[in-house]
Amino acid sequence: MPEVRITVDGDLVTDEVEARLLLVHFLRSNANKLGTVVGCDTSSCGACTVLLNGRSVKSCSILAVQADGNSVTTIQGLAGEEWHPVQEAFKECHGLQCGYCTPGMVMSTVDLLSENPNPTEEEIRDGLHGNLCRCTGYHNIVKSVQHAAELMKGGSK
Amino acid sequence: MTAVADNPAAVGRPIRRKEDTRLLTGRTQWTDNIEIPGMFHMAILRSPMGHAKIKSLDVSGALKYPGVHHAYGAEELGALNGSIPCVWAVTDDMVAPDFPVLAKGEVRHVGDCVAVVLADSAYEAADALEGIVVEYEPLPAVINMEDALKPGSPLVHSDKGTNKCYTYVMQPQGDGAYAASAAQADVVVKRRFINQRLIPSFMEPRAALASPMGISDELTLWTSTQIPHVLRVLLTLVTGIPENKLRVIAPDVGGGFGGKLQCYREEVLVTALANKLGRPVKWTETRSEDMVATHHGRDQIQDIEIAATKDGKLLGLKVELIANMGAYLQIITPGIPLLGMFMYPGIYKIDSYDFTCHGVFTNTTPTDAYRGAGRPESTYAIERIMDELADELGMDPMELRKKNWIKHEQFPFTTVAGLTYDSGNYEAATDKAMGLFGYEALRKEQEERRKSGNPVQLGIGISTFTEMCGLAPSRTLGALKYVAGGWEHCTIRVLPTGKVELVTGTSPHGQGHETAWSQIASDIIGVPVEDIEVIHGDTRTSPYGMDTYGSRSLAVGGQAIMRASEKLVERARVIAAHQLEVSASDLEYSGGVFRVKGDPSKEQSIQGVAFEAFTAHNLPDDVEPTLQAESTVDPQDFSYPHGTHLCAIEVDTQTGKSKIRSYVCVDDIGVQINPMIVEGQVHGGLAQGIAQAMYEGAVYDSDGQLLTASFVDYLIPSAADLPSFTTDSTITPSTSNPLGVKGVGEAGAIASTPAVINAIVDALRPLGVNDVPMPASPMAVWRTIQAAGGAK
Amino acid sequence: MIPSTFDYVRVNSVDAAVAALRAGGEDAKVITGGQSLLPLLRMRLAAPSILVDCSDIDEMQGVTDNGDSVTIGAATTHWAVMHNDLVKAHVPLLAKATATVADPQIRHRGTFGGALAHGDSAGDLPSVVLALDASMVIAGPDGRRTVSAKDFFVDYFTTAVGADEVLVSITIPKLGAGWGTHYEKFNRTAQGWAIVGVAAAVKVEGGKIVDARIGLTNCAPVPVRASSVEAALTGTSASAAEIDAACASAAAGTHATTDLGADKEYREHLMRVLTSRAVAVAAGV
Repeated sequence: MPEVRITVDGDLVTDEVEARLLLVHFLRSNANKLGTVVGCDTSSCGACTVLLNGRSVKSCSILAVQADGNSVTTIQGLAGEEWHPVQEAFKECHGLQCGYCTPGMVMSTVDLLSENPNPTEEEIRDGLHGNLCRCTGYHNIVKSVQHAAELMKGGSK
Repeated sequence: MTAVADNPAAVGRPIRRKEDTRLLTGRTQWTDNIEIPGMFHMAILRSPMGHAKIKSLDVSGALKYPGVHHAYGAEELGALNGSIPCVWAVTDDMVAPDFPVLAKGEVRHVGDCVAVVLADSAYEAADALEGIVVEYEPLPAVINMEDALKPGSPLVHSDKGTNKCYTYVMQPQGDGAYAASAAQADVVVKRRFINQRLIPSFMEPRAALASPMGISDELTLWTSTQIPHVLRVLLTLVTGIPENKLRVIAPDVGGGFGGKLQCYREEVLVTALANKLGRPVKWTETRSEDMVATHHGRDQIQDIEIAATKDGKLLGLKVELIANMGAYLQIITPGIPLLGMFMYPGIYKIDSYDFTCHGVFTNTTPTDAYRGAGRPESTYAIERIMDELADELGMDPMELRKKNWIKHEQFPFTTVAGLTYDSGNYEAATDKAMGLFGYEALRKEQEERRKSGNPVQLGIGISTFTEMCGLAPSRTLGALKYVAGGWEHCTIRVLPTGKVELVTGTSPHGQGHETAWSQIASDIIGVPVEDIEVIHGDTRTSPYGMDTYGSRSLAVGGQAIMRASEKLVERARVIAAHQLEVSASDLEYSGGVFRVKGDPSKEQSIQGVAFEAFTAHNLPDDVEPTLQAESTVDPQDFSYPHGTHLCAIEVDTQTGKSKIRSYVCVDDIGVQINPMIVEGQVHGGLAQGIAQAMYEGAVYDSDGQLLTASFVDYLIPSAADLPSFTTDSTITPSTSNPLGVKGVGEAGAIASTPAVINAIVDALRPLGVNDVPMPASPMAVWRTIQAAGGAK
Repeated sequence: MIPSTFDYVRVNSVDAAVAALRAGGEDAKVITGGQSLLPLLRMRLAAPSILVDCSDIDEMQGVTDNGDSVTIGAATTHWAVMHNDLVKAHVPLLAKATATVADPQIRHRGTFGGALAHGDSAGDLPSVVLALDASMVIAGPDGRRTVSAKDFFVDYFTTAVGADEVLVSITIPKLGAGWGTHYEKFNRTAQGWAIVGVAAAVKVEGGKIVDARIGLTNCAPVPVRASSVEAALTGTSASAAEIDAACASAAAGTHATTDLGADKEYREHLMRVLTSRAVAVAAGV
């Protein structure tokens, strides 16, 4: 079996894996990152979204062997001493209910704001269309992203 | 000492949720996150056929795969192959077919469970399914409900000799009352509405893990369920494991919407197999499995007649339903249309009502509760036909509604369906909504677009809905032949160090009970919200409960929290009085502190009382140690949230594509514990109701193949497909419970679907359109326009 | 959700890729981003013996300027394509269409060449390369060959790339001055595949359309050119009415299928409406 070396939330995880092992399963089983979850099997829901070398990807749609030598950030690696502003904003604006889509939604938001720090509502809605949420109707997710953008600009909380 | 002024009421404040800390940092305990050493992973072979005889089934091949330990078909499972229960026999002669966990000789819908394998890993289990050999002999399938009722139809259950499950009739004014109304009416409008089949599509796929490694020989089942308490009872009935040896835990649950209000085959399988094998057994579904194996919702053909005078007074309402049960009856499958039965009259005063429902079996996934459960269907029918009646009469649809709705001074009001609505103010909610919406300006723009022949037409849709929450008074359930009660439980205790545990029988899966329940208790017992821990979803730690569905948790569970909290304070008062050497009636209580009237320097905090109750060194003779109280509340009646929803939609008549321009709703859900959570519930409901109107619909082909079997074809709207909403509220407290609350979980989903469809029909009415099918896909809308004579 | 077993090898040259494919036999398969392939693997709709990962091959990455054309490495991600300055300046139609492909996460991983070699006529990019007369370089055991876009797409999920071949790069002629472009995508939800997509490039001079190229997405087993519309548009004035008239034949030469999103009649209707809209936007009307 091939050996992969993947940096996950700053820690190097080395393991022998089957070529068919999905990155999301590697994260959950081999790297014990249970914060990243699976919601579908058609690359539709985005619940498994993580950052791969800083860019959002669906970890169900990548083989662990493809990610060999790369760096992954999950919801569990986002906060430092303090929460990431996107996490703060989702709490403040009630951008989650059951929370199952939340890890993916948050990671997609981090990516969206890194590319576009001042998104319009339309850009937010379009930028998050690879993440499905069944609870919030997205209204408060949009508000959360707007609030996170403010926080990241150093605006008032 | 905490002054009262420093401790404003928690109820009514948008307190940020406690739950969010773990949910936002990835520390959540989903069932699939739980691992137990030595556990088997279960995979299920499901029927690829809509209806077929299993000529042969050989599971032995699976055992040759690496890592595989066991494989079972119905034969191998033997006596463990129990039958899934239905707890609601709606009529004495209801046809209730056997519903084995693993199919016995015949499969009746795509996704029916045929065999299982247990392996060391999920990957190995998935591989081993390929080693199972099944020989199917296709049988004719019946998918269409009307076809199923015709003589000579293929039978879903040939041993029953019929596809009809039941016929339920309710004629509160007697047989012939509606006919009399219709005879004196100037106008009778008849419509057939199809309330299409939906798939709940909660984001967390179902998962279940049973372990026999429990404390004191108990078997523990972690499962992604809304109903751990009810499920334990049912699992005991199905598996024979004594109830006191079975612990059911609903850990963090990622949405339900009724779809996890169930006793599922997979839950029985992992429980029975773990018990038999003495090893933990885990199953996690794929989304593809979920689409065919989680129960579906809605799926009714509605023939509606409404009779009125020419000036718009409603005289009679007749409803005849055909309701799709699917291939089997699940927990409350047959009762879902009856939950709607009471609500067809909506908010209106009508003289006579006539309701008939035919339940029918087809070769499809069983149906059951989905957000609103019967009430979205009824609300859709009444709110749609009110628009059609208004058109027939040449009246403004809002004027027609105003003319017929129950006036606020007429509450309590007993409807033609026999329910007594306790409170409401439809005028106030409507006035507020109309103001926020800008109704007149939109009507003007609509007129301009119509005149100019703009290919993009504007439509305005109204829905003035009400629904029935707070399930349910146990005696009412009994009268409806439902086999359980509708009470709810709370235990509350102050621990020796002053922190509080609140044990509830409700079982949240996204609703924020941990926060909202703390708010209720905080105000009564005077401790900070953050000092209260809400314990739920575990039959060992919260042994009594009826769980969470039907917008019942606050209206029923909230009462139990309130009563238990009040009892706790009264117990503490006795102890405090003893400590302070005064009589209990001499004490005032606020902000968590007892003070002697007239001598405020003498005081004792609730935390102090708790410590005294713990040491028990100096308690009154008749007071037992520990500071706790409990309450089990059976609700006295239902509660009836209502609201006015207004939708403006643009319809591209060239392509048929619709786009919501604005959506305004003003809901009256009574007293609000946490308005932030309330608003979120409304938003989510709106999204699901709009999705029914515009996007979602489960489609089968004539062989019973589900054509919408993934998120690629079953269209859950994304952020890019929905608008922002304007939500507001009026507050008319419920009088059926002391909190004055009504319930909000389903309101948005119930109200929004007819608002959207009314808007699309309104946009297209000048083109001769008077209905559009759901979901109102671009093709469906375009086809409707063509059939009506066409736009360019 | 769980793929069947397969082997995996990562190669760093086209020659190595071809050798690996040859060694792997008929069921060997190229993977770059894997965004089309992984869904098939998860559903066990594809069961390759070995995956040959070509995402590290330098010559399959990036965009180069050839003067009158640009060449895009087949393993260049959608995200890189749509943000590339050469693409934005010289092949704006591709940048616009790529921005509608799937969603951001998938665009970060999915590759231009992968989307083409997948051969899904519901994909947005095949109609674009067809409209723009692109050519593809394919490497195989017998060396390299160049195939024009019109010959590249063979049938449903079938392209000119053989089992032991690799799509190396795509060369797209620059349109030059005077051209306007638009990609009109019609779907039921933002995640949805195009029910119909129209890739339009129109050259307007003095108020008249002097040249037009139109590719249609999801209107046949392969992407198709709306040739009769192109002919009808040439020489007409760039006005809404004339464009609309010229687009009446948009469905000619297509083979519309029926699915949940559209039946044949509706899909053909959409071709006419959307082609007219796409051309109007491209022509600045």
